[in-house]
Amino acid sequence: MDAEITLRVDGTERQLTVDTRMSLLDALRESLGVTSPKKGCDHGQCGACTVLLDGRRAVSCLALAVAHDGAEVVTAEGLVDGEQLHPLQSAFIEHDGFQCGYCTPGQICSAAGMLEEAEAGWPSWVTEDLDANGVILDDEEIRERMSGNLCRCAAYANIVPAIAEVAR
Amino acid sequence: MSVSVTPHAIGESLDRLEGPLKVRGAATYAFEWPVDDRAYMYPLQAEIAAGRITGVDSANAVAVDGVLAVLTHENAPQLADAGDAEIAALHSPEVAFRGQLVGALIAETAEIARDAAGLVRFEYEQRAHAVEMKADSDDLAKPDEAAQFGAGGGELQNGEPADTELGDLDGALAAAAIELDQTYTTPMHNHNPLEPHAGIAVWDEEEGLTLHCSSQGVHMVRMQLAGAFGLDPSRIRVISPHVGGGFGSKVYPCSYLTLATMAAKAVPGRPVKFALTRQQMFSLVGYRPPTSQRIRLGADESGRLTAISHEIVQQTARVKGYAEQIGACTRTMYAAPNRRTTHRLDPLDVAVPTIMRGPGEASGVFALESAIDEMALACGMDPVEFRLRNEPEAHPESGLPFSSRHQVECLREGAMRFGWQQRDPAPRLRREGDWMVGEGIAATVYPSPRLPGSAASIRLGADGRYAVRIGAADIGTGTWTTLTQIAADALEVGVEVIDLEIGDTALPPASSAGFSSGINCWGTSICAAAEQLRAKLYPEHGGAVPVDGLEVTAEMPDNPDMANYEMYSFGAQFAEVHVHADTRELRVPRLVGVFDVGRVINPKTARSQLLGGMTQGISMALFEDSVVDPRFGHVVNHDFAGYHVAANADVQTIEAH
Repeated sequence: MDAEITLRVDGTERQLTVDTRMSLLDALRESLGVTSPKKGCDHGQCGACTVLLDGRRAVSCLALAVAHDGAEVVTAEGLVDGEQLHPLQSAFIEHDGFQCGYCTPGQICSAAGMLEEAEAGWPSWVTEDLDANGVILDDEEIRERMSGNLCRCAAYANIVPAIAEVAR
Repeated sequence: MSVSVTPHAIGESLDRLEGPLKVRGAATYAFEWPVDDRAYMYPLQAEIAAGRITGVDSANAVAVDGVLAVLTHENAPQLADAGDAEIAALHSPEVAFRGQLVGALIAETAEIARDAAGLVRFEYEQRAHAVEMKADSDDLAKPDEAAQFGAGGGELQNGEPADTELGDLDGALAAAAIELDQTYTTPMHNHNPLEPHAGIAVWDEEEGLTLHCSSQGVHMVRMQLAGAFGLDPSRIRVISPHVGGGFGSKVYPCSYLTLATMAAKAVPGRPVKFALTRQQMFSLVGYRPPTSQRIRLGADESGRLTAISHEIVQQTARVKGYAEQIGACTRTMYAAPNRRTTHRLDPLDVAVPTIMRGPGEASGVFALESAIDEMALACGMDPVEFRLRNEPEAHPESGLPFSSRHQVECLREGAMRFGWQQRDPAPRLRREGDWMVGEGIAATVYPSPRLPGSAASIRLGADGRYAVRIGAADIGTGTWTTLTQIAADALEVGVEVIDLEIGDTALPPASSAGFSSGINCWGTSICAAAEQLRAKLYPEHGGAVPVDGLEVTAEMPDNPDMANYEMYSFGAQFAEVHVHADTRELRVPRLVGVFDVGRVINPKTARSQLLGGMTQGISMALFEDSVVDPRFGHVVNHDFAGYHVAANADVQTIEAH
């Protein structure tokens, strides 16, 4: 069964027909040719497909496209402002926060969403004081909040300082 | 012939040149090339561990709207050479392991292909199977496979012999003042690169096969597929400029590429997209084989080793042997006049194992270094001091000198940086809350080999830019950046005028990205080409570029010193380990490594390689374990929920020097 939906992807409105079994990730990659989000596991276990969905980070492989008619999707490509990379993107390059690069767009979208969550005062599992005003994003907080994004090349030791530089 | 290069760009921490593409997700991986009129393939896998297919019913699948073809052994194209079980697919009804490819569904969309794949029914005649490795199996056999990699003529995949023996081991063990006899086991591990094994295959009756696939060596893929299909290699083009991780699983072309080629032939002219699922990767792209390793050591009263024995049993497949160099580190690391290493295989009804990051060395050094630690304790010595005392002056087996060996410096500097001297060796002495705290050390070694078959071409255009071309691979190792740095210095120009091209069989041949040999083989080829180009440009053309440009191609020159020296990298790693007093959960909050790796082309990318390897070491030691169900022969924990690889919070302080 097919359905007509509209998505706003990286600032551009796109109309498309999707198989109702199609994930948001496959709709982006296969129907719209937006290949910035990657498919690593298709089960929400690796985070490579992370996008900002209506402003919050989400694994797009666990979202059915048809359920997100009218949604706003921002990928790592959409974080670029003209030719100017997002500060997280520049920091990932400077700190060598990736090797093969396949998890990277997901890491960067996840980090962007995570910074907003911390800004809004959302606690994590390692937040000691739940009543404190605001979250201090130390390395332990960053590691915890970024653990939904696997990096098999294991660039974690470089990802944490890259994010920390932007967070502080 | 030797080539000398004055370093300018070499040694600089240049940011990755493809970095701006990768951080936006704009680097094109195999599955992402824009193609029109595409079809999708979904593989079908055997549901038994051993036996044969006795019937196929694909009628329900064929009837689904949008299904283009169902391929099984009954209708698949005949292979010209089905002799290699890792490459052949659908050539017979035999099932050698659970998860083996038995068919393919080709359809208009990925959703239709996957849905209809579930409608194909196979009937099987099962036979008894064995999928659990046993160190005392009656089937144990000495490896007799030809080496896949490496120049030696031995039976292990790197060309080393299966067995080595020096002196009188049994006599020395019997006479030893202190003796150790321990057995260590390692489980099956899966590579799990984040990018699945995926791509796009197009068959054109005139031009042949164009294959975008995620590969650590495009020329290897072309050669193997040409052999399997009886095609002239010139009719196959393999393209793979960006690889989303491989760790060995994308070196040898596996049967899924054969299947993709068959699928492309079934719908000529249409690009067929294929991607293994994470679950399928646990049975179709190789794995690190489980091992059982018995180590016996003998020492005199001063803590000097007199005997070293390492007897290895590793799993392999009945359909094709694979034997890795698990004893290699033991042959290299410590001095002792009496020594023995043996490798034996337990062939099972399983998929063929393959190389995985540090194949052999990774499993073997774990056992060796564990034994050395236990022996140090038995001798009443500090583990660092024990290693220093048993440092060899030359290679302990070949007797050749090392080209360089700074193991002692690595151990001493590591001990200083880590604060090893402050450690109290008594067990269970320190606790932090519920955690018991201890420290450990392991030495490490890896060869610096060369593989044959690389060449590079350089074309200098009238615009003053240099096109440097070689079919090499960047699997995250930094090849795009480091080969550009090498080319710039070899040509004595800046990196900004170098246009590197890699990852395409349209380029000169290159050895695969394996064995940690790429930068050596490809870089040397580029240096040789640069020297030829400069010789042409200056004496012949007086430094002026002709209007048509200048082009040279050079093969990798021999390094005659390789016959006279043993060439290795060395290192020492120091770990702080926490063990939970109640649950026995393990954590590694601090890991410090000091390495002697020879000339570093790019400190930034090299450091990332070391940090990545160390982190994968934590992951291997603490988390990774592929659990096979003996009743059915499949990996039970075949996804990232069940097979945990180190996540961000699993890694705390980690330093590489």
